[in-house]
Amino acid sequence: MRGCTAATTTSRGEGEKMKFAKLTKVALAAAVVAPMLSATVLADLKVPSMDYRTGPYAPNGIPFANGYSDYLSLLNERDGGIEGVKIVNPSCETAYNTKQGVECYEKLKDGALVFQPLSTGITYQLIPRTIVDKVPVYSMGYGRTSAANGKIFPYVFNFPATYWSQATALVQYIADQEGGMDKLKGKKIYLVHHNSAYGKEPIRTLESMAAKYGFTYRSLPVDHPGQEQKATWLQIRREKPDWVLMWGWGVMNQVAVKEAASIRFPMDHFIGVWWSGSENDVLPAGDAADGYLSGAFHAAGAGFPVHADIKKHVYGNGKGKGEIDRVGEVLYNRGMVAAMWTTEAIRNAMKIHGTKDVTGEMVRDGFETLKVDEARLAELGMKDFTYGIQITCENHEGPGKVAVQQWDAKAKKWSMVSKFYEPLRDITGPLIAEDSAAFAKENNITPRDCN
Amino acid sequence: MDWLFLTETIISGLMAGVMYSLVALGFVLIFKASGIFNFAQGVMALFAALALYDFLAPEGWFNQLFGFTLPVPIAIVATAGVMVILAWLIERLVLRYLINQEGIILFMATIGLAYVLEGTGDLLFGSDVKPLDIGIPQGAWDYLLDTHGLYIEKLEIFAAITAAILVTVLAIFFQKTRIGRALRAVADDHQAALSVGISLRAIWVIVWAVAGFVALVAGIMWGSKSGVQFSLSLIALKALPVLILGGFTSVPGAIVGGLIIGVGEKLAEIYVGPMVGGAIENWFAYMLALAFLLFRPQGLFGEKIIERV
Repeated sequence: MRGCTAATTTSRGEGEKMKFAKLTKVALAAAVVAPMLSATVLADLKVPSMDYRTGPYAPNGIPFANGYSDYLSLLNERDGGIEGVKIVNPSCETAYNTKQGVECYEKLKDGALVFQPLSTGITYQLIPRTIVDKVPVYSMGYGRTSAANGKIFPYVFNFPATYWSQATALVQYIADQEGGMDKLKGKKIYLVHHNSAYGKEPIRTLESMAAKYGFTYRSLPVDHPGQEQKATWLQIRREKPDWVLMWGWGVMNQVAVKEAASIRFPMDHFIGVWWSGSENDVLPAGDAADGYLSGAFHAAGAGFPVHADIKKHVYGNGKGKGEIDRVGEVLYNRGMVAAMWTTEAIRNAMKIHGTKDVTGEMVRDGFETLKVDEARLAELGMKDFTYGIQITCENHEGPGKVAVQQWDAKAKKWSMVSKFYEPLRDITGPLIAEDSAAFAKENNITPRDCN
Repeated sequence: MDWLFLTETIISGLMAGVMYSLVALGFVLIFKASGIFNFAQGVMALFAALALYDFLAPEGWFNQLFGFTLPVPIAIVATAGVMVILAWLIERLVLRYLINQEGIILFMATIGLAYVLEGTGDLLFGSDVKPLDIGIPQGAWDYLLDTHGLYIEKLEIFAAITAAILVTVLAIFFQKTRIGRALRAVADDHQAALSVGISLRAIWVIVWAVAGFVALVAGIMWGSKSGVQFSLSLIALKALPVLILGGFTSVPGAIVGGLIIGVGEKLAEIYVGPMVGGAIENWFAYMLALAFLLFRPQGLFGEKIIERV
């Protein structure tokens, strides 16, 4: 028995030696293969998503995030990525919370090519970090308006238009309805806004315009989340403004549309910012929302070739992020167009730097020389979906054009009801120069020479 | 002074206050019977509204499973049933393990419960905004607006009547029924109630079920106002100053507190707000509640608790 036991012990010892040898081989193999694998990972294009699929703003965050991710998946599935290089799209939940957003950025920034924070508050916090980390932030149509000045904000892009351009476009639309800019004199234009960095963005522009065109302006802030706005709308009822603009987000929009309908404020004199113009914002009010207006820089609906491609290549392959019947909603399309401009910037970076292994800094260059004209939009299946853009070193906002869309409650769809208005640069230009100069002074930034 | 506008502001404030009271009532019921500050009350209102919407909507789980949707009255009863099951589960899975624990432990448990319920609601029903239309009249009361120029919202009048009925039913339930008396006994003294054979666990299920029903009513009113969405869970923040002011243990306190907060915040926003940049409604409610605390720490109708050291 003893011998037998000894034999067993010996055999166990040999077995363990063999196991150790095997483990050593596996470890060695892993050591050799791992760098190769990580080289492959490095070659992928890391385009992170900062989503908010939870919390009070989730109904708006989800469709945007789905549109953004689905477009990236479309390029992977249909084209094998950008110029044959696959896109990886790690995501992080911000819950539309600035602190969480900054944590997400820190978590995802290694190897990231570009960030889309989808929050003005988060964008403000990331601006100084992007300069150090050399990763561009593309705050499409939101964030710090004066970041349009590329001489001072080299890593931030906010094309195709900013809040200040939008404010001038909406006032031009009002002027058109009233019979001309000179007819604005004596009119009352009020702003109902989310009491946050985002909601306060258009105030200076509207104040400047009020001074120039002689209309009476007043802002009425609404605290987060905006579920109770009775006092705001009672004031509107008392003071009877001719037009009401709204910079709202989340539940604030739905409640505002309902309150406006309740006090019988004419819906066709109530215009939301482009973040207050989705299906979510008007459906809870039912027929009462009919005629409500909002800013827009792209079309609504799923009738474009790009949507057909998404349905076929992404949802057809079981890779869609959301539900197929929600492809084409306003915020879905916004996420999709954001991804389109982002990926075109990456493609442009590859072209100008002559490499497919691009970095954040190179992608910044891609953004800064980006040109997506109407012909390219048609190639991308987005003819007439939005307008052509060209970005330069000085101008990170691009054309700044904004149109107005209107909600048809019966048909349950948005339709464009105006031309695309050019921004009033004589109003926004000095404000951008002043605000960006203040930022440069605070942060000891010497403006770049774009020549 | 525009008296008509002032009247309108006060009435609107009272009506908004009723909406806050509906949320505050749920807190009071649970605190009264078990000494637990139920952080999950706002999420319970959200959960109830989500469940109700699901019974009514063609895209809901119920329709997918059984091939039909429920008519509104039956859907409300079914949702009340869901809230009873939820109350039973909360007792079975959370509360029974925490008997005799400190109040703060129970409070922390309800914070966890809020996250679980919110996540479950998200998983089951999705995060998109759900328009809730169960036939509650909405918009301005046309007659008053057309004939007297007075703006009052029909939904809020409906909510006020509902709240009045609810409080009456709760008062009868607490004062006149055997279970109600048992609840009051538990509220007064847990150990004494146990010694005369009242089951603490059964009472907890009942009181959480009643709070669930109150949450359903609050969820219906707030969901009809803004659509059913996850920000509904934040209405709890509106109830907190009401509770501080009215007292955590008083049903009439929740009502009176709601009315005072509702009127106070509207008057402050409209008449003081423009001088300080506006958006003072939320913090004014808390300031008002804190000012009350200086004079009556137990709230307007709360029980004065004297602890001998």
